[in-house]
Amino acid sequence: MKRKGLVALVGAAALSLVASLVTTTSATAAVNCDPYAGYKMMKGKTVTIFTSILEPELTTLNTAMADFQSCTGIKIKIEGSNQFEALLPVRVKGGNAPDLAWIPQPGLLAKLVDTGKVIPAPKAVVANVDKYWSKSWKAYGTVKGKFYAAPFGSNMKSLVWYSPKQFKTNGYEVPSTWEQMTALADKMAAKGQTAFCGGIGSGGATGWPATDWVEQMVLREYGSDVYNGWVNHSVKFSDPKIVAAMEKVAGWMQNPKWVGNVKGIATTSFQDAGKGIPTGKCMMLQQASFYGNIIADTGATIAPTGDAFAFYLPATNSKVTVPVVGGGEFTAAFSARPEVQAVQAYLSSATFATSRVQLDHWISANSGVPLAAYKDPVDKLAATYLANPKSTFGFDASDLMPAAVGAGAEWKEFTAWFGEGKSIADVVKAIDAAWPKS
Amino acid sequence: MAKKLAEHNPGRKIFSSKIATTVVWFVTIIWTVPTLGLLVTSFKGNKAILEQAWWVSLLHPNFTLANYKGVFLGDGTESLSAGVLPYFINSIVITLPATIFPIAIATMAAYALAWIRFRGSNFLFFSIFALQVVPLQMALIPLLLLFTGGAHIGSIAIFPALGIAGKFAGIWLPHTMFALPLAIYLLHNFIAGLPRDLMEAAYVDGANHFKVFRTIVLPLAVPGIASIAIFQFLWVWNDLLVALTFASGTEEVAPVNSKLASLVGQYGSGYTQLSAGAFITIAIPLIVFFSLQRYFVRGLLAGSVK
Amino acid sequence: MASSALKLQTQSIIEKGESGMSGFLTTNVPKFTSAFSAIAIFFIVLGLLFTIAGRANGKKARPIALIIFLGPALVLLLAGVVIPGVRTILFSFMNPDSNGWVGLANYQWMLEDPNVKIIMINTILWILVVPLFTAALGLLLAVMLDRIKHESIPKSLLFMPMAISFVGASIIFKFVYEYNEPGDVQIGLLSAVVKFFGLTPSDWMLSKPLNTFLLMIIYVWTQMGFGMVILSAAIKGVPADIVEASALDGASGWRLFRNITFPMVKGTFIVVLATGVVGALKVFDIVRTMTGGNFSTNVLANEMYSQTFVQFDQGKGSALAVVLFALVAPILIYNIRSLRKERTH
Repeated sequence: MKRKGLVALVGAAALSLVASLVTTTSATAAVNCDPYAGYKMMKGKTVTIFTSILEPELTTLNTAMADFQSCTGIKIKIEGSNQFEALLPVRVKGGNAPDLAWIPQPGLLAKLVDTGKVIPAPKAVVANVDKYWSKSWKAYGTVKGKFYAAPFGSNMKSLVWYSPKQFKTNGYEVPSTWEQMTALADKMAAKGQTAFCGGIGSGGATGWPATDWVEQMVLREYGSDVYNGWVNHSVKFSDPKIVAAMEKVAGWMQNPKWVGNVKGIATTSFQDAGKGIPTGKCMMLQQASFYGNIIADTGATIAPTGDAFAFYLPATNSKVTVPVVGGGEFTAAFSARPEVQAVQAYLSSATFATSRVQLDHWISANSGVPLAAYKDPVDKLAATYLANPKSTFGFDASDLMPAAVGAGAEWKEFTAWFGEGKSIADVVKAIDAAWPKS
Repeated sequence: MAKKLAEHNPGRKIFSSKIATTVVWFVTIIWTVPTLGLLVTSFKGNKAILEQAWWVSLLHPNFTLANYKGVFLGDGTESLSAGVLPYFINSIVITLPATIFPIAIATMAAYALAWIRFRGSNFLFFSIFALQVVPLQMALIPLLLLFTGGAHIGSIAIFPALGIAGKFAGIWLPHTMFALPLAIYLLHNFIAGLPRDLMEAAYVDGANHFKVFRTIVLPLAVPGIASIAIFQFLWVWNDLLVALTFASGTEEVAPVNSKLASLVGQYGSGYTQLSAGAFITIAIPLIVFFSLQRYFVRGLLAGSVK
Repeated sequence: MASSALKLQTQSIIEKGESGMSGFLTTNVPKFTSAFSAIAIFFIVLGLLFTIAGRANGKKARPIALIIFLGPALVLLLAGVVIPGVRTILFSFMNPDSNGWVGLANYQWMLEDPNVKIIMINTILWILVVPLFTAALGLLLAVMLDRIKHESIPKSLLFMPMAISFVGASIIFKFVYEYNEPGDVQIGLLSAVVKFFGLTPSDWMLSKPLNTFLLMIIYVWTQMGFGMVILSAAIKGVPADIVEASALDGASGWRLFRNITFPMVKGTFIVVLATGVVGALKVFDIVRTMTGGNFSTNVLANEMYSQTFVQFDQGKGSALAVVLFALVAPILIYNIRSLRKERTH
């Protein structure tokens, strides 16, 4: 009897020791639920999100949202697909819509609103957007006067990627004006180097980086009014201003002295284009802030003194101050369930944006995010420009234009412009002809 | 086996086997070289892929298992559920029924069109053949609407909302539908070619269509059924569009192809895992082919009266 | 106290186990049960139908047999193929959002748009070249495979590309058609071979009209196995005694093939050809991934996809689909003619 009691005591002690160890392990995952105090507990509810974002970013997003999920009990399921733009309308029209979707094209948002299946943004989201974003950002999520979609992530496209190490070896300085950049390109050409890398290949979307180059030029040369007029077709592609901007792009990215094989740009994928920067195969690439992920894949370090970094694509016209072209995604809802609206509100909050920024490789135009939260130097640079109140911002025009142009004629014609030497006059004529007559 | 046949029938040589062997192996090598490239590439790192041609890598190997590891275990989380295995299982779960159902239904329909006399049989057969050309993409939205909302005339529901969108059944059904035109067409070719006298004898003996189908047609048509089953298996295995439209891309339901497509990375630059993943997904269909291909070698009708 | 400590312990283990082996099995094993139960139910229902309907005799026997044999297929075809097909034809006369009629406007666009002219030329090239080449090669190999030892190895290797999904095929051919600047390392096989023979490789995907044929090669590479396997089965079905008898009569080699073998597999050859034409008409993934439809490689099915799903114009997309339907008509008619001869026994 006594021995049995001793065994039981030792057993219980051992068990409680193990239990305390085990509970400690789960206790170290103790979450600070204070930031989420405003959200109701909705245990067992699931919210599905559909996006064009893929791995490894999806894992990072899940990590950023982990605390919210454990504090509110809502499970968030994200599905990423590179067929997002084609699949989402099919699913929505077919009655199989996700709860939320991160839509990168305001044009696509407008199309979906037409189906009547998009739910207008709830009050909490409107409050956040009014608080943290500028009016123009709110406008991108507004269709026919109703506000639907809060901005999610952003990217800044007016950057030029280069290699600080290569610049140092060659004695080059980072240009701060367009003239300095062209002079630098001439220097590089004289040394037999390829000044500008270029690649517009992207499967069915081949041609989109070329649309970015033209957008940069239009914004730089003429400013917001002409840019916006171009987007809504009051300024046609064949307008002398747009043609002049395209000619300037031709003198830049179609200059054989600077880019080497012009036609090869059409068959080089945009990802492969800049991979030669760390090794000096080519020296400068105009690309967006997200390009850092691709260069990092080659093992390059991204730092102001590292293998790769970016500088701001200089302005060309002193009358247009700090022109910045950028893009982003917008959170649209197809369900009005309380847990969906809770997630919507959370995604538009500064808490979420800051926690995601801290996990790196993400930019938000949410003014509630402190710039100090950015660790990646290029992201910080990009965010600074996005937050600059003096900048002239233009949202990626091809994402705003109707799909027949922005995802159709523009891509096709610009690819022919580079790959088949099609004349600018023919190119603009074809694009204007493709504009939907509504 | 072919050799035995040749020994039995020395006159059966159409081309002497030396020429045949040379030609066949020559074509086979050319045919296999591109895939060999994929295999080699799947063992290389990203930098090596872009800077060194794969046949050079055979001579100067610098191979790594990292790609395969990443594909099976996922990046960073190192767990089976994070890699491709759940998606592999999904693919099997999607493909097996989506192969069996249409083949069974098509075999029955092919028999009816071949051996049951009825008015309009020809017209029906040619119409079904013509249906092959209807592009699958055009059927996505109407079918999805059918599954989620059902079909109505006015307020009378002629087809209930099955609510199977998002589940495996929601993928089996569309695959079954789309497979029918081609499957019926091909199976008809086999079944119509069965020995007429055999069939007539059975009918005369008093066997009805069900008995004839079960006891005569099915056993004899096995090579044909097996071939078409393989094609259907491959087609469903390699499909992505139907699965993504009718279900979703999450690991509960998504086939391995969708995981493969996303392995390309956010910005499409990761040939590493993509090569490894592509190679892995070839494995199962090949196993299926190897196990069923003996049906092609046997000539079941050799020697019977035609 | 001991039992509550135990409960805590097991609970944490279960929570941790979500990502471990046990979690893996609990989420994935039910998937198999759902598949196998679906298959089982299917065959049970079928078996029941056969048994019950098999009892019917006399006048009712044929209609009942027709309903059971043909019924399921017809219902599924109606819902899944016919109705969407009709819907597509209707949409081809409507506007992009399919809520208003525009008459023949979409067809007019097809007649006027210069891109569509290129598309039509390419599509016709595809359906003329690819099926014939694929079927002929398949036939040749099927005949030869029948003559050699250990035929299963080359047969499987030749068939293997069919098992490769198209995402895989496009990566594979990236490493064949890749073009690098003359000074650089060539990582594309074709470029390297050309360089080996002392010529300069060109940017293959840009070279018209070579690029279309290079894309066709990818398609032939993946699809040849189909015809080969089917024709191989048909050739093995040619009764050995007939072949032997004519061989004894003096026929051999090419004459044997032309007079005995080919006529017996002709029906199957036409089937393979017809299937090949339909397949070639539907080609879109290869073109989309390798060139995006640019550089004059665009084909009908790719443009149909672009119009419908990328540019959201269901009117134009449907009109293109209708043309696709129309293009199959000649093969359909040819097939009808040859099959009619066969079906009149």
